[in-house]
Amino acid sequence: MIEIKDIYKSFGDNEVLKGISGQFKPGVTNLIIGGSGSGKTTLLKCMIGLHHPEQGSVEYDGREFTTMNFEEKIEIRKEIGMLFQGSALFDSMTVEENIMFPLNMFTDQKRKEKLDRVNFCLERVNLSGKNKLFPAELSGGMKKRVGIARAIAMNPKYLFVDEPNSGLDPKTSIVIDELIKELTEEYNTTTIVVTHDMNSVMGIGDYILFLHEGKKFWEGSNKEIAHTDIQELNDFVFASRFMKAAKDKF
Amino acid sequence: MNFTNFGRYILLLKAVFRKPEKLSIYMKAIFKQMDFIGVGSIGLIAIISTFIGAVMTLQIAFQLVSDFIPKTIIGSVNRDSSILELSPTITAIVLAGKIGSAISSEIGTMRVSEQIDALEIMGINSPGYLILPKVLAGITMVPLLVILSMVLSIGGGYIGGTLSGAVSAAEYVQGITTDFNPYTIVVALVKAFVFGFIITSVPAYEGFYVKGGALEVAQASTRAVVVSCITILACDYIVTQLLL
Repeated sequence: MIEIKDIYKSFGDNEVLKGISGQFKPGVTNLIIGGSGSGKTTLLKCMIGLHHPEQGSVEYDGREFTTMNFEEKIEIRKEIGMLFQGSALFDSMTVEENIMFPLNMFTDQKRKEKLDRVNFCLERVNLSGKNKLFPAELSGGMKKRVGIARAIAMNPKYLFVDEPNSGLDPKTSIVIDELIKELTEEYNTTTIVVTHDMNSVMGIGDYILFLHEGKKFWEGSNKEIAHTDIQELNDFVFASRFMKAAKDKF
Repeated sequence: MNFTNFGRYILLLKAVFRKPEKLSIYMKAIFKQMDFIGVGSIGLIAIISTFIGAVMTLQIAFQLVSDFIPKTIIGSVNRDSSILELSPTITAIVLAGKIGSAISSEIGTMRVSEQIDALEIMGINSPGYLILPKVLAGITMVPLLVILSMVLSIGGGYIGGTLSGAVSAAEYVQGITTDFNPYTIVVALVKAFVFGFIITSVPAYEGFYVKGGALEVAQASTRAVVVSCITILACDYIVTQLLL
């Protein structure tokens, strides 16, 4: 479980996060949602240590992360897998080398064992046989899936996903969402997805934390979100005519 | 570089020299960079050094018009100029353009496409993994390229001098073998070592802290070359002052 307590973060005079708290449980898909500039990516980066919050704490199963030294943080990070918005695959490496990279770096496995793991991860994301392709030869959806394969290569306890559906068509988005949900349930990982995609919210949001102007405005599940009377949340979730009509019908 | 940048540069170097996660992977990266920096630059350095040596001989011959000065001086002046100044400095400046811009744009692109963040999240010391192999390759391969440049520059002087008739082969050879002070080689190699460090670490710094997109990566690349060249010239003066 990951627990954040009272996180504050500013960039100069711009106060981006204003005391965010929340609990993200394992085995369920946790979503952080909010409009552009609401602070969701900043919160994610504070949680994984790419930003340093001015105040507050981040605990990984009771281990306080923000006050750890460099070596201690590295040990926690070995338990983290992350899918970046742009996939962040290493351009100069093939798909196989990308997925094998963390295994090469942190394990003493033989090449065959590592290759087996790579093939297992590729099979898990339905990309068997694509080992020798370079990232430039992949479509957006395939890059995301390779990113997921690399993220799960080390059997992470914690999985972070930043905007998994950006730039993808609706059908591919659903495939990625379902894959994230399946992996979360199968490996009991603590998964945190930052998104503003309403299909994801309604489809896989077991726990949703809604941010607005740097504050936590609401938390709950996708089943509860349709029944809330918080204006800011309704304006965000049911912004489109289609979603509004769907809510009225619901 | 202003003081803030210099401070950040020092802090980055501190992170670069942290203990590597896995030595075998770093060794592979070092050899790859040695190939890129060293082997990949041999042709360019060979052409430039040979022509500079040839031109130097012609210009020295042009200026030495007195009958009281023996022509063997042409070889001596060319030798000392090549070893002490031209080979280290010209090689370094050419490499700053070729290698420096490549390093800066490679690391800068990795930064803006979140690849460096991906390394950090995996628990890898990204400055160490990305920059240390380049710096180690730079400080080993640049001195070797400078030695090659010295040989070819002196050889180029021989070709240029004899083909143009500015100096005879015997006079030139006598010139380059007379009163040779091996200490000049030491000075040149110290310079090459320092320049190798600058050529790799300064562009790596510029690339590592890029913010923005393609335009900023290009700007960082240009800045990397400019700052490297100025730093090379400043360090050239300091090393010369200290060692001669």
